[in-house]
Amino acid sequence: MGGRAFAIVALMLVVAVLVVSSVLDNQYFYFAGYVVLQYVVLATAWNILGGYTGYVNFGTPAFFALGAYTAVVLIQSLTAPLPIQLVAGAIVSGLLGLALGYLTLRLRGVFFSIATLALAVVLQTMFVNWDYTGGARGITLARPATAPLFDSYVQFLFVVMLGLAVLAVATAWWIERSWIGRGLAAIRDNEEAAECMGVPTLRLKLVATTVSGALMGLAGAPFPYYVTFVEPTSVFDLNYAVNSLAMPMIGGSTTWIGPVIGAVLLGTAQQIATVTISSALNLLLVGLILVAFVILAPEGIVGLVQRLARRSRA
Amino acid sequence: MVALDLLLNALAAGILLGGFYAAVSLGIAVAFGLLDVVNIAHPVFVMLGAYVTYIMNVRFGLDPILTGLLFTPVFYVLGVVLYRVYYMSFERKGAESLRGLVFFFGILFIVEVSLLLAFGVDYRMVEASYIGKTFQIGPVGIAFRLLVPCVIGMALTGALYLFLSRTFYGRAIQAVAQDSFALRLMGANPFRVKGIAFGLAIATAALAGALLVMIGPVEPAMNREYIGRVFAVAVLGGMGSIGGTLVAALILGIAESLTSTFYGPSWSVAVSFGVLLLALAVRPSGLFGR
Amino acid sequence: MSAETLLEVQGVTKRFGGFQALGAVDLRVRQGERFGLIGPNGSGKTTLINCISGTLRADAGRIVFAGHDITALPAYRRTRLGISRTFQIPKPFVSMTVLQNLLIPVEYAGRRHGGAMLDEAMGILELMGLATKARVSSAALTQIEMRKLELARAMAARPRLLVSDEAMAGLSSTEVDDILTILFELNKRGITIIMIEHIMRAVMRFSERIAVLDAGEKIAEGRPDEILADARVEKAYLGE
Repeated sequence: MGGRAFAIVALMLVVAVLVVSSVLDNQYFYFAGYVVLQYVVLATAWNILGGYTGYVNFGTPAFFALGAYTAVVLIQSLTAPLPIQLVAGAIVSGLLGLALGYLTLRLRGVFFSIATLALAVVLQTMFVNWDYTGGARGITLARPATAPLFDSYVQFLFVVMLGLAVLAVATAWWIERSWIGRGLAAIRDNEEAAECMGVPTLRLKLVATTVSGALMGLAGAPFPYYVTFVEPTSVFDLNYAVNSLAMPMIGGSTTWIGPVIGAVLLGTAQQIATVTISSALNLLLVGLILVAFVILAPEGIVGLVQRLARRSRA
Repeated sequence: MVALDLLLNALAAGILLGGFYAAVSLGIAVAFGLLDVVNIAHPVFVMLGAYVTYIMNVRFGLDPILTGLLFTPVFYVLGVVLYRVYYMSFERKGAESLRGLVFFFGILFIVEVSLLLAFGVDYRMVEASYIGKTFQIGPVGIAFRLLVPCVIGMALTGALYLFLSRTFYGRAIQAVAQDSFALRLMGANPFRVKGIAFGLAIATAALAGALLVMIGPVEPAMNREYIGRVFAVAVLGGMGSIGGTLVAALILGIAESLTSTFYGPSWSVAVSFGVLLLALAVRPSGLFGR
Repeated sequence: MSAETLLEVQGVTKRFGGFQALGAVDLRVRQGERFGLIGPNGSGKTTLINCISGTLRADAGRIVFAGHDITALPAYRRTRLGISRTFQIPKPFVSMTVLQNLLIPVEYAGRRHGGAMLDEAMGILELMGLATKARVSSAALTQIEMRKLELARAMAARPRLLVSDEAMAGLSSTEVDDILTILFELNKRGITIIMIEHIMRAVMRFSERIAVLDAGEKIAEGRPDEILADARVEKAYLGE
């Protein structure tokens, strides 16, 4: 999809969402919509490193939570406005991605993945022990009294997350079509050959982990104002780990639209399901669907659609 | 001399813990070290073993160790079946390790959440006559709940070592990673050998799980703490060397115990992460692509 | 033919744990030369190539290419300097077409962009006889087509030195001649070529000079006729 087409479609979608939301004007819609959009960002961010480059990050909660806690620290210390929280969340999580990458990306991909698992556990331990951000008991935060431009603050956060989703998807779209994206694909297909063909594999991988981490931190930064009560268990929830991985894998991991499809489908389904089934059962279903897709339809929904299109053409 | 007492007790507890960690890590030493299968779901199978032990203990009053031994064949079959699925879906097609990793993550997830649905988040524990006792050697207190798992863990390690070095299939397992063609010439089918190896790896989880629930109460999310530990041990131990696994497990146990005693128990989880990173940094170059 | 040295390998040693794969190997390849590298299986040929291309870091020794000491350079930098190689077992970028496979080195090693990229890549494909397969997925090629793609990809990096690692293994007689013709043509265009092969008639025909490795050491070096007559070489291949 060319640049102009993408921009037009994005703009149309944004306008459509805004119109629908102001017509509905339902607080629950904003709450639920925020979560779905948050997953669009997380899934897209995960996929830049996972689907594009071939390195699996099991520790999305670490980057997401770091973004959220950075915001908490800024709120507590400076009552910093949201834009600063966003930028800071992105920078801190981006740096975490860079550091982790630097430590582990010279080795086999599996060690990076294992390190991400361990990283999430370690970070959670850190925040459980840090009283300034509430420790194990958590911390309550007050939202700003008035929301800029909109009636309710939740509606405002919804629109902010919409903007972040557009930013994340646009970033993935740009990377995919650029020389960086081609290099990442070569790394994914065969890293040894890519290196011998002149691709600076370590540098590109570091770019991918940094961008991926930064976007995840970006998704986490508005979270404190959204929930108003931040505690480690909910911020490091396994939900984030499995969903940010399942949504791109189910949607299709080689292109920017796969994570979006996965996030919208799975995210909406889960929002509807939480009122009827327990969250644990919900997670179990996600896990089962993930394994089914990985075994039977590894290219995801996008891949299936492409296969059908090819068959109808032939 | 309070500090010395503390130190000695921490060391003793660390050694005992290390013996247990060896038992938990054996499965990864085989699956990852020898077969190159990144089974991050191994610790959750240990949890499964722990819960099975719990049920047998609560419903039928069965001794934990007995349960562990009893269920070893069941877990073995589970392992063989799991390997078949993995092989058919990923290894045979030569698909990138990305999908294999995601597959095992999915399995981990499914088992953990199933345990959560079945047992909830409350901690579960077992009762056995010998668990509560302790005895003293001078200033050092030895708790049976640590001693028994350590001894059994070491016995299991020794048994696996003998199996791998003295039996035909054991040696075949050691060979299969390096040269499946030569293995075929020896008359062994590589696929079958790998299936046996993976079955063995999961089988150890049954007994390791029984030991785990002896040491302390369990809850489903605990498996994630152990992922860092078992891979730290496997890497530090030299990937597939059983003796190395034991030594590495002892080192980790001692490091964790010391950290826990002097800096607080919640930081012991970070120790395995640190050990893992250190082990990865210290490994000789040429690690890329193995 | 210029007698200027293009590649100099000095005392390169490589160990894997307790096993010594290369023991202080010296090699000198001249500009524009056709150089053969032979030896029994496991003698260290591919390990040596890996050390030259940068896939592996040598434990001891020096490697000098066109006057630059490249011993500590990562592989991608060496490619940009002008060293290119094929892989014994072809490693195509399977999610890409044949043409896209070539665009990677053209873009990253050759530093061309835009329309010029495509022209260059298509030119190489025509030389290799793969032009008709340009839009075909690289996962759907035959054996010899994959070998040619390996060579085409290596060429797309605009090398001064090309290392062909057993490009002919397992091919039919006609296919071997096919590859040989391509290699001769590339050499004619000024590219220095190191050929690793087991197919003796190809190596003997192609090489101006040959080096023989055995158990990680260079046991002989010279013209093809000298190598054929060398008793040590015969012993290495056939035993006592």
